[in-house]
Amino acid sequence: MNRVASVLRAALAGVLLAAFAFALIGPLANLALWSVAERWYTPYKLPVTYGTRYWEQVFRPTGDAMASLGTSVSIAVLTVVVALALSVPAGYALARLKLPMRWLFMIVFLLPQAFPSVAIYINVARIFYGLGINGTVLGVVLVHAAHGLVYSVWIAAAAFAAVDRDLELAARNIGASPLRTFFTVTLPLAAPGVIASGIFVFLESLDEFTGTFFVGVPQVTTLPLLLYNAAMGGNYQVASITALILLVPSVLFMLFIERFLRADVLAKVGA
Amino acid sequence: MSPRQLALLLIAPGLALVAGLFLYPLCFSLVSAFTGPEGGFSLQAFGKAFELYSGDVVFTIVIVVTSCALTAVAAVAIAGTLTLGENPWVVGALRALYRWPLFIPFIVAAQCMRTFLAKNGLMNNTFVSLGLLEPLQAASYLDWRGIIITFVWKQTPFVALLLAGALASLDRATLEAGRNLGASRLRVLIELALPQVMPTLLVALVLSFVTMLSVLSVPMMVAGSQPTMLTVDMAFRINAYGDYATANALGVITYLISAGAAILYLRHGMAKEGAP
Repeated sequence: MNRVASVLRAALAGVLLAAFAFALIGPLANLALWSVAERWYTPYKLPVTYGTRYWEQVFRPTGDAMASLGTSVSIAVLTVVVALALSVPAGYALARLKLPMRWLFMIVFLLPQAFPSVAIYINVARIFYGLGINGTVLGVVLVHAAHGLVYSVWIAAAAFAAVDRDLELAARNIGASPLRTFFTVTLPLAAPGVIASGIFVFLESLDEFTGTFFVGVPQVTTLPLLLYNAAMGGNYQVASITALILLVPSVLFMLFIERFLRADVLAKVGA
Repeated sequence: MSPRQLALLLIAPGLALVAGLFLYPLCFSLVSAFTGPEGGFSLQAFGKAFELYSGDVVFTIVIVVTSCALTAVAAVAIAGTLTLGENPWVVGALRALYRWPLFIPFIVAAQCMRTFLAKNGLMNNTFVSLGLLEPLQAASYLDWRGIIITFVWKQTPFVALLLAGALASLDRATLEAGRNLGASRLRVLIELALPQVMPTLLVALVLSFVTMLSVLSVPMMVAGSQPTMLTVDMAFRINAYGDYATANALGVITYLISAGAAILYLRHGMAKEGAP
């Protein structure tokens, strides 16, 4: 009787796990199928003809996708530059220097992530329109940088806090100036955390849709906007291929993040 | 220069960016929502917002609350199995699988679901092939159900990740004691483990709540028709009519909804601190 029960339990666990795997992987499998489906219509359960025609169309040097990929990557790189230029000094100040109302500053950097953002973006677009930077790469970079600042500031502060103070003091004792200590001791030791925050900001910028939708159109087309336009235009192949391109950095990131973001840094985030 | 002045100087550029691109537009949206067509204080925009979109306000709240509730249940099931599961195969497979949607952008999730949940999508086709569904019964899920499924699919790994971390750091002895006294694993999870990690679960859910309230791509791509979520209505008021007053009134309503979630969270925190 007991053996029957345990077999039944194992079977139930197997069925539940299979259902879970289907729910999780199914949507991604559907995406992959659409990217190689040249013809797929009802009542066929699988594509009628497979092929890479749409991949060639997307990766053609003159194709929209390559142009959008270029725009997306340059915006993401510029966003990382702006975000790190602002967050390395801010993170150092938050971690090392005496700052009145430090918690308030931490919360201010959190705010852009803690609010429903659509209403903010429509007003940013309106302000940018007045300044003449709506529909420019600069406008999109600024919006992405403000959005990414919470990651870069919070992680940079945690990374600087995790640097051993004695090493800085030792450098100062043998005569290094504060600036030299920062560039030869503190910054190299905090670098993995700072790089991790840069990767976060890069990915956020690459995936960002809502801000670009309001601030970038119609001149700036990033990959998410191309994906949206293709999907709404009924071109499922191009939309699926664009979606797969967007997945690559996310998956790489998931495989590599643990190398850059050490446990002792993670433990100090928000502290 | 004193260290304090240096610190303020170092932090100032970052603060300026947040002030210019978040605080200023936020004030702009508040002022615009409460200004009438002839200038001066007015609630006219809110009147119009409620007249046209009160159904969508309710729809948005129902979608977000339901999605959060289902996300919580799924995340507790996953994190609970990861920490208390006894079958190494199940735990290992689950650990390898559950994180996949975590870093997938919302717009990619929306595109996946747009094809997966369609009337002739892979989901219905698989059910028909397995004999679980008659071909004529196959229905499209690209409506409110699609939005909820996409949100739960996307947010569950995030909540489960935080929850599993919190559960793993609990004192095992209490949980083992519960098991030794004859409590089932489900009971140990619900009565012993969950109350201790409630703060983590609530923080993860409040963050998910605000995220779901801000997403534009999923409601636009997964369910195009009426009723729809407030983000889509705001985009429509701007793109079709350039009507900033009504759009900003809807924006203020989304702020209030997310403030509601934050207040519920804070009240729980205070009730807990007040308890003996």
